[in-house]
Amino acid sequence: MNAPVILDRRRVLAGGGALIFSFSLTSAFAQDQAPGAAPAPKPPGSLATTPYLDSWIRIDADGGITVFTGKAELGQGLKTALQQIAAEELDVAFETLKLVTADTRLTANEGYTAGSNSMKDSGAAIQNAAAQVRELLVAEAARRLGQPAEGLRTENGAVISANGKRLTYGDLVAADMLHVQAQPKSKLKDSATFKVMGQSIPRVDIPAKVTGGAAYVQDMRLPGMVHARIVRPPSYGAQLTECDTAAIEKLPGVIKIVRDGNFLAVVAEKEFQSIKAMNALSAAAKWKETASLPKQDDLLKVLTSLRSQDFTIFEHSNPAVTGQKTIEATYTRPYQSHGSIGPSCAVAHFTDGAMTVWTHTQGVFPDRQGIAEMLRMPPASVRLIHVEGSGCYGHNGADDAAADAALIALALPGRPVRVQWMREQEHGWEPYGPAMVTKLKASLDGNGKIADWNFEVFSNTHSMRPGGAGSMLAAQHMAQPFAVPEPKPLPLPDGGGDRNAIPFYNFPNARVVHHFIPEMPLRISAMRALGAYHNVFSIESFMDELAALAGADPVEFRLKHLDDQRGRDVIEKAAQGFGWKAGQTPPLDRGYGFAFARYKNHAAYCAIASEVEVNRETGRPRLVRAVAAVDSGQVINPDGLINQIEGAIVQSMSWTLYESVTFDATRITSIDWQTYPILRFNAVPDSIEVHIINRPGQPFLGSGETGQGPAAASIANAIANVTGKRLRDLPLTRKRIKDAIDA
Amino acid sequence: MTGPSRIIASVIVIALVAGVVAAFAIAWQPAIAAIDPPAPQAFDAALVKRGRDLAAIGNCSDCHTVRGARNFAGGLPVPTPFGTIFSSNITPDAETGIGRWSEAAFRRAMRSGVNREGQHLYPTFPYDHFTNVSDEDDRAIYAFLMTRQPVHAPARANQLSFPLDQRPVIAGWKLLFLRRDAYQPDSTKSAEWNRGAYLVAGLAHCGACHTPRNALGAERVSAQFAGGDVDNWHAYAINDKSRSPVPWDADALYAYLRNGWHPDHGTARGPMAEVVANLSQVADSDVRAIAVYMAEISGAPTPDRKRQGEAALAQAKSPPAQATQANPAGASIYAAACASCHETGRPLPYGGVNLGLSTAISGPDPRNLVNILLSGVRAVEGERSPIMPGFAASMNDTQMAGLLNYLRARFSNQPAWTGVEKTIADARRTETVLLQTSAGPRSAPADPTQRDKP
Amino acid sequence: MMTLKVNGHDHQVDADPDTPLLYVLRDDIKLNAAKFGCGLGQCGACTVIVDGKAVLSCVTPLVLLEGKQVTTLEGLGTIGAPAPIQRAFMEEQAAQCGYCIAGMMMRAQALLQRNSKPTDEQIRAELEPHLCRCGTHMRILRAVHRAARLMDTADAASTGRSAP
Ligand code: FES
Ligand code: FES
Repeated sequence: MNAPVILDRRRVLAGGGALIFSFSLTSAFAQDQAPGAAPAPKPPGSLATTPYLDSWIRIDADGGITVFTGKAELGQGLKTALQQIAAEELDVAFETLKLVTADTRLTANEGYTAGSNSMKDSGAAIQNAAAQVRELLVAEAARRLGQPAEGLRTENGAVISANGKRLTYGDLVAADMLHVQAQPKSKLKDSATFKVMGQSIPRVDIPAKVTGGAAYVQDMRLPGMVHARIVRPPSYGAQLTECDTAAIEKLPGVIKIVRDGNFLAVVAEKEFQSIKAMNALSAAAKWKETASLPKQDDLLKVLTSLRSQDFTIFEHSNPAVTGQKTIEATYTRPYQSHGSIGPSCAVAHFTDGAMTVWTHTQGVFPDRQGIAEMLRMPPASVRLIHVEGSGCYGHNGADDAAADAALIALALPGRPVRVQWMREQEHGWEPYGPAMVTKLKASLDGNGKIADWNFEVFSNTHSMRPGGAGSMLAAQHMAQPFAVPEPKPLPLPDGGGDRNAIPFYNFPNARVVHHFIPEMPLRISAMRALGAYHNVFSIESFMDELAALAGADPVEFRLKHLDDQRGRDVIEKAAQGFGWKAGQTPPLDRGYGFAFARYKNHAAYCAIASEVEVNRETGRPRLVRAVAAVDSGQVINPDGLINQIEGAIVQSMSWTLYESVTFDATRITSIDWQTYPILRFNAVPDSIEVHIINRPGQPFLGSGETGQGPAAASIANAIANVTGKRLRDLPLTRKRIKDAIDA
Repeated sequence: MTGPSRIIASVIVIALVAGVVAAFAIAWQPAIAAIDPPAPQAFDAALVKRGRDLAAIGNCSDCHTVRGARNFAGGLPVPTPFGTIFSSNITPDAETGIGRWSEAAFRRAMRSGVNREGQHLYPTFPYDHFTNVSDEDDRAIYAFLMTRQPVHAPARANQLSFPLDQRPVIAGWKLLFLRRDAYQPDSTKSAEWNRGAYLVAGLAHCGACHTPRNALGAERVSAQFAGGDVDNWHAYAINDKSRSPVPWDADALYAYLRNGWHPDHGTARGPMAEVVANLSQVADSDVRAIAVYMAEISGAPTPDRKRQGEAALAQAKSPPAQATQANPAGASIYAAACASCHETGRPLPYGGVNLGLSTAISGPDPRNLVNILLSGVRAVEGERSPIMPGFAASMNDTQMAGLLNYLRARFSNQPAWTGVEKTIADARRTETVLLQTSAGPRSAPADPTQRDKP
Repeated sequence: MMTLKVNGHDHQVDADPDTPLLYVLRDDIKLNAAKFGCGLGQCGACTVIVDGKAVLSCVTPLVLLEGKQVTTLEGLGTIGAPAPIQRAFMEEQAAQCGYCIAGMMMRAQALLQRNSKPTDEQIRAELEPHLCRCGTHMRILRAVHRAARLMDTADAASTGRSAP
């Protein structure tokens, strides 16, 4: 079956968390990873790679201040948070700042907006840059006033002396003043004096979104813009054998049909004309398909029998402790869809030998590289500008749509081309969150504590993001196609399929093996939380199974195995907020569940308690309420953080109870909301409560993904609590629950 | 049978009859002694399981459960020409349910429509069918219900006017219409056929919807399965009067009842969606038996009907180029609002059925079509299921009538409907009641590639 | 050529009668709020108000709109002068990516125009055709309740409702 397990010493977690990477990365920003080891000291966050202050902050002579970030707004409130950070450290009014986000011409290359890293990367960079800029401005004022800097203070965009003399930043700034390198450490403001950070400042992007402003790439209308639609192959690997386009070229409004190998698209003057032409073109196209997909109903067998590279990523032993009672369990997760509400879209314009693409990608720089390669153009002639799209939750069709638009625009020089994917295309072609299998085995000692712990996870890579052309559909479908790049496991401590696979609890004996599967039967890539979703679901479900075996209360049982004080704090906070009491009996037909994780074992802490109702006749589950506690370090915008966690719980509930990508031997069959059902309002919980534990002065930990795993496990544990049956295969559907009840 | 004069007439008749029978004291039924609610463990697990299947065939949960409320706790309003009757609590709650009913009391209710206290039950509870259920099956259903969770839910008062609110009146109705015979097997037929006949006439109570009723609300024996009315829907004729473009056979019936859809007939919706949702969970052999029996009831198609069926199928596969349109507005509405799903060639149940195969369009009146157009098909919570948007808000009565006339002309060879706008106006008023209160289909129609998958 | 009334203005539209309203609004009239989500009537992102009722514009052909009043989110209010429903969504910060929100708001607006004090259950039932992938549901519900209160006070102050 699998190759023998090789203990890869380079990947073994040494001691408390230091780690040496076994994979060198082509880009310093390969997805979802911590910055590589480097000679200390380096300035914080993304200043390490983009050290000049004026890459981050520019001040005009009129005092206007612009802040630059290489990260993108994905609906997570990034713009507002970064603007708060900058306003705070610069001592200027929040609303006077301008913020420019990811644009290959204007901003730093901060890789992807992913992995809940934006605050850690860009937030820290802007915070420190702003602090240093303020220092420089104060020093300049001191020089001009002939006063010691210590006697000066800043307020509202100006430096003010003890005797009330006021010099605005605009007055003080000089030509190249900010073109200096960041210092390793800036003196940051004392969090006790924060005026903007830590406040629930309303999001800057919401007013346009609730009044019909142009808020999304879908809303762009450039002069002379035309509308394109793609006709995608009906299945992976299908070959276009025949396509008579003569009649379609004559349809009203049709400007051009673009065909390059298996890449087929039509361009029309008006949007609905392009749709009608797409339908006609799709009827005219004949494809040769091959049955290449695995058995959907036996993913366990499929995944565990594919060839894998095996890494022991954690090993810890204490022979003094031995187990007495042992249990084992296997958990599975199907392929799941990002399922953005707005299908992917992009606008591209090729003019004077230069290509500009407006896209909702998470990584303008890596995408530029891929698109330039695909078009065989120098990267310098390609510019990518991020414009918001519908929420993406990872790597969805955005990058592919950007490539589509670029390829079509190349064939129509001078005219901006808008490509809008259809619903079926987004569902059928997006790279899914990978299926996973985990196998767990653990023993309790005589005192009901965990004596040893074995965890194996089988999974693909969790990122096939661009960087090269081969990651993009258009490039794969061209007559001279680009090969799909070789998949790689993502390095720890962030990890991919093994993200959060290493237990955060203290177990005397523990061993964790990552079975990395290079072969990818379905197109997959990064989806919110990557492997952490399933690993935390498995670990935290199994913790409950062990607690039951020990006859212990699930919350007490967790605390018994956890030294980390901040972890203990969120567990206690969530339990208290929920009203958790050991040995309590929930109301009829309801169950309580609890779960905890520290995202990536080094980011935000999150504990969630859930109350779930199960209809015994139908098996239908309903999340009644959830109470979460989260510690994300220094909080920038409390309401924004709450919004993220609420959303994570609701989305994770939908993943956990309903969702799986379906396919037959040849085609993906979940291609719309009928076949890929997600949460609707009739199943929305009665209440969700989020408690924040603020840690002033502590590093930002990011929070976009921390809730996915704990939410899933707490719901699963509540279902086990009410039904007395443990479900280990995601999703925990009505039918599976019903079958378990009836069994 | 909706004219007020006819109702008054029926009331008088019933009252008269009631008077007569009262004299014979038929109206009087003794109470059956209350028992202490039996412990759920007292029932054999296998018996309970059998009862669960039988209860599903009997559609118990759909009539006795209100959306968002507890299972079997009753309270569903059932609109009838005589007023609104609310279903009762059949959980084993001692005070408000059937917790104090003995098996004998339960059997009496099933068989003669009398509750434990001796009161007559309204025939919205189809004891005129359940009367044939065997002792053995009653025992299993009883075991199933008595092991459900007790729910305290007092009965809601029926909305009936005098004298129909007087329960002894029902005794008169029974005297006229309730025939208490156990099922007599037909030894010339197969065991499967007999099983089907027993279920169809009894527990499955197909005739309750598919047989027309007389002025007194009783099924017209002479017109069995000739099509009836239920909750403002038309339950199609399922005998030789069936108007389905393609004639039904046993295999098609089986697939439809089991999966909730059939490629040549479409997807079940309205009250039938609940029925097929239940039938998807019971023993396969019972569904097959029902199909075999019903296929014989509807009889082999005449050569003429067969030919028409083949023509309909052929046309659905390769629609002829559209003839010039007498109704361009209807055609435009169809193109934008209907064809985008019904003409994609995507297989059922997620692609819409080709409307040339739709019984709704070849049916005697457009009620079902109007209902479905107004409200669409809602997604089943968290399950793969067909979705159709409703058009109540986007089309006014004239526009919808235009569309209906277009569909009728293009997709059936039947004469134009009359009174279409009135049907639409009526449906707007009445249609929503059941859709809003019933729990709706509790599972989705089976996906051909996904049956038994998560 | 057909005259389409949108947000109180007449627009001469040159499109086939079977063109869904969504594309007329976005492409011909250059309005942003109605969003393309599925084009199949499954998600609610394209919802607008027609003669007081919430309608899925992606499955509503132009031919149905003769003589009717179409209202989009743009017609309710502006950033500077937001309608109660818009203020409520801002005050509750009821958006993540916000892509679904315009459609949600239009259906909620239609609901509140005919029922100024809906129960939580009624709001949930009404919004059932709408999907939100970000999981903003709790805030959307709160915002609709808040909008109801805001409209109520607006009524009390007899400023009337802002929807045309
Ligand atoms: S876009 Fe109209 S319902 Fe989805
Ligand atoms: S806020 Fe993003 S889809 Fe609803």
